[in-house]
Amino acid sequence: MKTKISISTFALYGTLVLLALAYLLPAYLTLTTALKLPADISLPHSWELPPTVNRTSFSEAFNLLRPNIVNSIILTICATFFSTVLGSLNGYVFSKWKFPGSELFFTLFLFGMFIPYQVILIPLFQTLRAMNLYGGLPGLILAHVVYGLPITSLIFRNFYAQIPDSLMESASLDGAGFFYTYTNIIFPLSIPGFVVTSLWQFTQVWNEFLWGICLTRHSSNPITVGLAQLAGGQAVSWNLPMAGSILAALPVLLIYIVLGKYFIRGLLAGSVKE
Amino acid sequence: MHNKDRIKAFFTLLPSIILIGIFVYGFIGNTFWISLTDWGGVAALAENPVRNYAGLTNYIDLFTGFLGGGFRQDLVNAVFYSVLLLAGAIGIGMFLAILLDSKPRGEAFFRTVFLYPMSLSFIVSGTIWRWMLAPQGGVNILPEYVGLKPLTFRWLSSTGTILEFNWQNLLQLALYLISFFLIIAGLRWIKHNPNRALKWLLPGIALGGFAWLGGDLLPKALFMEETHGFNTATFGIIAATVWQYSGYTMALYLAGFTGISQDLRDAAMLDGATNTDYYRHIALPMVRPITISAVIILSHISLKMFDLIFAMTGPDNGQTGHPALNMYLTTFRANDFARGAAIAIILFLIAATFIIPYMISSYRQRRAGK
Amino acid sequence: MKKTIFTVFLTLAAAMLLITPHTTCAKDLSGQLEIFSWWAGDEGPALQALVDLYTKKNSGVEVINATVSGGSGVNAKAVLKTRMLGGEPPDSFQVHAGQELIGTWVRADRMEDLTPLFKEQGFMNAFPEGLIKNIGTDKGIWSVPVTIHRSNVLWFVPANLKKWGVKAPNSWDDFLTIAPKLKEKGIVPLALAQNWTVNHLWESVALASLGADNWDALWAGKLAFDSPEGVKAWELFGKIIEFTNQDASSLSWQQATDMVVDGRAAFNIMGDWAAGYMSTTKKMVPGSGFGWAASPGTAGQFLFLADSFGLPKGATNRDNALAWLAVLGSREGSDAFNPLKGSISPRTDSDLSKYNDYAKSASADFSKDRIVGSLAHGVSANEGFMNDFAAVMEMFLKSRNAAITAKAAQQTAVKNGIGK
Repeated sequence: MKTKISISTFALYGTLVLLALAYLLPAYLTLTTALKLPADISLPHSWELPPTVNRTSFSEAFNLLRPNIVNSIILTICATFFSTVLGSLNGYVFSKWKFPGSELFFTLFLFGMFIPYQVILIPLFQTLRAMNLYGGLPGLILAHVVYGLPITSLIFRNFYAQIPDSLMESASLDGAGFFYTYTNIIFPLSIPGFVVTSLWQFTQVWNEFLWGICLTRHSSNPITVGLAQLAGGQAVSWNLPMAGSILAALPVLLIYIVLGKYFIRGLLAGSVKE
Repeated sequence: MHNKDRIKAFFTLLPSIILIGIFVYGFIGNTFWISLTDWGGVAALAENPVRNYAGLTNYIDLFTGFLGGGFRQDLVNAVFYSVLLLAGAIGIGMFLAILLDSKPRGEAFFRTVFLYPMSLSFIVSGTIWRWMLAPQGGVNILPEYVGLKPLTFRWLSSTGTILEFNWQNLLQLALYLISFFLIIAGLRWIKHNPNRALKWLLPGIALGGFAWLGGDLLPKALFMEETHGFNTATFGIIAATVWQYSGYTMALYLAGFTGISQDLRDAAMLDGATNTDYYRHIALPMVRPITISAVIILSHISLKMFDLIFAMTGPDNGQTGHPALNMYLTTFRANDFARGAAIAIILFLIAATFIIPYMISSYRQRRAGK
Repeated sequence: MKKTIFTVFLTLAAAMLLITPHTTCAKDLSGQLEIFSWWAGDEGPALQALVDLYTKKNSGVEVINATVSGGSGVNAKAVLKTRMLGGEPPDSFQVHAGQELIGTWVRADRMEDLTPLFKEQGFMNAFPEGLIKNIGTDKGIWSVPVTIHRSNVLWFVPANLKKWGVKAPNSWDDFLTIAPKLKEKGIVPLALAQNWTVNHLWESVALASLGADNWDALWAGKLAFDSPEGVKAWELFGKIIEFTNQDASSLSWQQATDMVVDGRAAFNIMGDWAAGYMSTTKKMVPGSGFGWAASPGTAGQFLFLADSFGLPKGATNRDNALAWLAVLGSREGSDAFNPLKGSISPRTDSDLSKYNDYAKSASADFSKDRIVGSLAHGVSANEGFMNDFAAVMEMFLKSRNAAITAKAAQQTAVKNGIGK
């Protein structure tokens, strides 16, 4: 029988649809508010469709945010690249090349993950300034790379732990050393791991606000800061920040839609267990 | 050859070790040192501020001082917030994963819908949820559209408190909690190993009894009465965070379920198991490591959680306060750097304790010869 | 002979140029000027007008407009403090004139005294004496005020009041008489919004209860918070809070104003940026669409707040910054900025034709009323007190106990250096 509409199937789809609607409510609210004229935006009418569609919100928001978008793209791509590559190397060492003290270092890495960002704000600023990196994107990239190391190393370590040691042994029997094994055996197998870490890091870096605002000068502000500027001021016309947040969320959203399947596969491939 | 490789391994790790050493531990050390001074208040922002050693005064003041009441409430909020976030995100994520595990039509669509909230920044989601939870609009007026009466829960501005307790009785409460866990642990063993069970039960009951009868003998944790509890206003914030992260836990569990071989499932079905049995006795136990992973990631998010609360209830809402937010305001608004540093260190210590289950489980695995 | 006269003339001219007192010679300025503020969004155009004016006079200077908005100014403070601690001050930064500046930056010896600038530019005469008294200390004057906002204003819609048969109250007793009647009709008597607006309401109530002299004494440390007068202020506040909307803490201040505009609430106490909101965003006409009065019990008293700019020590482009401050305090600058922002000029000689009806009435009040400093907006108390005051207010809202709250307020004041 091809299609069986039983009660359980009906319940399954019903539940899924209701939940999906619930999850989409905030998106609906954002979109309708972005398309309203400022005078029409008020709380009691928040769910209603716009009486007149405001066609200028998105273009206006885009124009205001354009320099910030460019900054964010450069920032996120660089930071993600470096932190995932370093994380992969670290994970390789932690899982396959245990030397005395490596477990200790790993635990220390993990602890470092729990630092709330506000805690290290002032020393971070002072250190970056001492290194002459304050104000521009390189300093911010460095900060994100360093603080992304614990989580990327963790994910890769767990991921590589799934690769059987026998593969490593046969490679060393063939005379392969540390780097050769990495480039020719480990790295080609790492794609799912890279997907997971890149997705995670991309989200974190793109959406980060506090450092973006404190560690960069005006010309290097990322998009989260630009968004806050839209929502600032005494009398906010909410259609702009709402349109702006949709624009800000688009790149990450697209990546999730396109890479969603690989994300799950990557999680499956062992970065999850343990 | 092997040793040369090990040296190479060490040097590959070295840059990261140095970076983390400076940027994480160096800074933690700096913050800890600041928390032991009296840097704050007037002239705090001088070019060479006067900082005197003050020992643990900041910490003592936070826990027993008159003006530390806000911090104590934030701490209580943080505990409830983390526990409920973990329960909600893991519970709902697991539920969604079970639903999607039956591979319905449109799985990719549903998966994206549940996962997309994770892509938003907290400032964005906080602002949107603030609108949604405004008592005069938003979620409360939704029922009107299907003909029902509007809700009247005041969400973020509600002032109700559940599970109230007096901070003075903190010691007593702590003993109650410990004895509770001991008794539960004992009850778990009672079927298999009565002797072992008694080892847990007896101390548990003794401790509980002592706390109940001799509670007044215990020292008071505070010089005055101070009620704390679970503020119902945090429901809104928990809802927003669960919405944002249940997609992630769903993805984790989905990956875990997909990893269970189909043969196992078929065999279980042949043996007459229903779907519920399968999940309860086979699938869920097998994905326990995932739960631990999720606990780590979610707990570290909940303790850093400041952008969301900031965007949803603003800086001064005591009902939904959080130590992370408190630290930000204490440092950058009141210029009380030493006190802010003390709050930061306390926060860090609490966050770090969440990795302990992880460390125990990985240590056990290593002992079992992984 | 001609040659000698010519040489003498040339020498004299050169000498005169050399001994001219060091004023910022407009044509000579070059380089950059980084100004730091939290004016974004709809206040942006006003700031831009000032920047344009500055650039016209100093075309060689590149102005970097570094704004940090969001979080009711806390984010801007975080960025500013991080920079100042790290030794990277901006050339000039926006700050609320009064104790917020003095308690944080002046006492830490990070600001330059601007008295020479004031004397040179004639600001001493252009600004009212009450204003200068509030923004300076005995050691100097620390910032140039750009705008003046009034805090103690009561807003309403005249047509609605007529419909309900009530008048704008002159005193809080009047208010407490008409409020129950409004409540019966299902109208919120006084609209209130989140956190800081509660402080904002408190200062209007406390000013009415204490009177201007006691208010000043309170902040000078001469009157204790837990004195009988202080406790009475809290008691009055407690009575008034009963008549505000229950969901206050989830609303932004604009949403509270919306309640008045929509007719769901009768009155709202808010600073005069509400006038800007109602006229620009809601497109209402001042006077006919919306009306105003001094908040009950404070007629003749102007509870002011002033946005101002200061000069940090160690600013990279000091001369450019001084020129900026000169533009800010000038009549031209003031009248370019304030009409766009919806505030009034601190100068007594502003060109009122550029301002709307509300601003004209506020300006008139400013020149004749008794000027007192706002608490909620950084004039009367330093940042440490403001931060702790939030906890005190929280305590009051939970317990509604005036005596204990007053005691807590006094403890907070002592801790932060106000009074003994």
